[in-house]
Amino acid sequence: MAANPPIQVIGLRKAFGAHVVLDDVSLEVRPGEAVALVGPNGAGKTTVLRILATLLRPSRGTARVAGYDCAQETERVRAHVGLLAHGTWVYEDLTPLENLKFWATLGGLPRGLDALHGALAAVDLDRVADERVRTFSLGMKRRLALARVVLARPPVLLLDEPHAGLDQRAGKWLDGHLGGFKAAGGAILMTTHSFGRGLGVADRIAILTAGRLAFDAPLHGLTPDDVRRLYELHAENGG
Amino acid sequence: MTSRERALGWLAGLGLTAGLVMAFGVAPREATQGNVQRIMYLHVPAILVAYLAFGVVLVASVIYLWGRAAGADRLAHASAEVGVVFTGINIATGAIWGKPTWGTWWTWDARLTSVSIMFVIYLGYLLLRAMIEDRERAARFAAVLGIVAALDIPLVHFSVYWWRTLHQPPTLLRPGSPPMDPTFVLALMVNLVAFVLLYGYFTAKRVRLLRQEEEVFA
Amino acid sequence: MTYARRTWIVLWKDLLSERRSKETLNALFFFALLLLFLFQFALGADRERLTAALPGLLWLGFILSGLVGLGRAFLAERENDCWEGLLLVPGDKSAIYLGKVAGNLILMLLVEAILLVLFAVFFDIDLGAHPIRLIVVIGLGTLGFAAVGTLFAAMTAHVRAREVLFPVLLLPVQVPVLLGAVKATEAVLLGEPLGAVGHWLGLLAAADTIYLTVGVLTFDAILEA
Repeated sequence: MAANPPIQVIGLRKAFGAHVVLDDVSLEVRPGEAVALVGPNGAGKTTVLRILATLLRPSRGTARVAGYDCAQETERVRAHVGLLAHGTWVYEDLTPLENLKFWATLGGLPRGLDALHGALAAVDLDRVADERVRTFSLGMKRRLALARVVLARPPVLLLDEPHAGLDQRAGKWLDGHLGGFKAAGGAILMTTHSFGRGLGVADRIAILTAGRLAFDAPLHGLTPDDVRRLYELHAENGG
Repeated sequence: MTSRERALGWLAGLGLTAGLVMAFGVAPREATQGNVQRIMYLHVPAILVAYLAFGVVLVASVIYLWGRAAGADRLAHASAEVGVVFTGINIATGAIWGKPTWGTWWTWDARLTSVSIMFVIYLGYLLLRAMIEDRERAARFAAVLGIVAALDIPLVHFSVYWWRTLHQPPTLLRPGSPPMDPTFVLALMVNLVAFVLLYGYFTAKRVRLLRQEEEVFA
Repeated sequence: MTYARRTWIVLWKDLLSERRSKETLNALFFFALLLLFLFQFALGADRERLTAALPGLLWLGFILSGLVGLGRAFLAERENDCWEGLLLVPGDKSAIYLGKVAGNLILMLLVEAILLVLFAVFFDIDLGAHPIRLIVVIGLGTLGFAAVGTLFAAMTAHVRAREVLFPVLLLPVQVPVLLGAVKATEAVLLGEPLGAVGHWLGLLAAADTIYLTVGVLTFDAILEA
């Protein structure tokens, strides 16, 4: 096992006042691996992501990205993480090119026109680079968010329900991208509700119910039906 | 109630008693205004202690932003509350003093105006704290507001003072010009000390209550 | 010089968005017109009273439209969770604060210019006697307003009852700026030199400096996760 796995969570606990959202969660993601975090609403999936993205501080336990502590070394962690959450971080009155330029400049990323156009081309938005985002579909806005991550080239990707609201074509396209990211050695942790598309890229599945990790194993050899049964077994009974 | 609190409470009680004795028994009757002037022994210490309280809010806020110590946040919160109460006492006693002396409950003179603005500013501080559910975020934002408010107070005082006095004739009979008679000053000092002790007592108690609240809801 | 670059890109983004959507500017323009009508009805046709109250009315108009404009300062950031993106920006986030202040300042100055023109036209008042002096005073006053307003707007952006809390917090703190600006404007409109109100200008400058400094030093704490 590598000394510094891209994502490492040990005994993670998060409580908001009296409400315990995460209770003793431990998880690891290796380079080139994609883990799907599955669970019912309120299980704490998004909370795990937000702690890893340094948006939340754990009540107890540690979360590490590339060996850096998410609570103590936030700047380092942020430099290694790309977050694709529910919000796309997109300014509706600007064009994709302008949006990228804004985030690239703020984030200290490559800002040159070549780099920006390259990132847009990678997500197939180059043709609409100069149109206002307000006219875009959700799938296109998601692609723009992905372009931002492409520009940043982080070694770790955190995705919160990346397939939600995407049609078949966009979903397949996203899987292709994530596959390429994995092949280049990146690590992915994503949350998902669905079993079909959401798991397409995943190598491992972890089931989170009521703040606890009920199941964590490779997906190899399991059919979507097996997964659904496992989920029902753990998710409905757990907690 | 901790022993330190109890000690503070007793001292404050003693101080207040001494202060009242000084104010009503020892200090002589003021020539022009009569016994009404005695309210100054409540009115002036109240505002001075309010300034002290808000100064503590400033320091505690800076300390909190620096090291995020929860104790500093509780101190800022408690001190602001007590400060607002004492400011209210000052305004109320000012009005009570003003009615028989000026004939009106209120006047927009420099001091009353700037104190009222300060009152509203720190009421806003307490309101901000009340409206943010996340405790940590409330602490951070309140600290920033506490710093802005405290640094703003001198600006408020100067601006209001210049506004009222530079093109205005001085208002008649300004109650508050402290007579130089040493007995007056002594009575004032005793009451001031009593009020500072009272501030300490209330603030310590409030800080402890805040800590207990946190423990219950955490 | 990346700090300057980041400040600039925030300003650029805000100005570009506003120029494209014109939402805030349109709303404020109509608001300014409404204010004009309100003042006319409130003060009637008494020209003397109007002229005497003019500095106060002007700044009342500036502050009211400023409140509306500043209240929307971080509105775009709430859409699509862009706020989250700002939270995760590396390095010193005070650059974002300065960029926002600059953007709000420019927007407010624009609206104030419109209000001035409307006042001059509809109330038949000569405001152009000493434009430079007027610009200095209005600039100092508006900067103070924008500096604290931006800070408080960021603070209240995600608080419930933000529309009420924001003015409640901002207005009392802004009293020195309001008083100084009104008094200085009064002097300028009477034809006095700026030296006559040097103490007010000094107060405004001190206030602006204090507000901006506190803003730069504490914005990180506001934009923290």
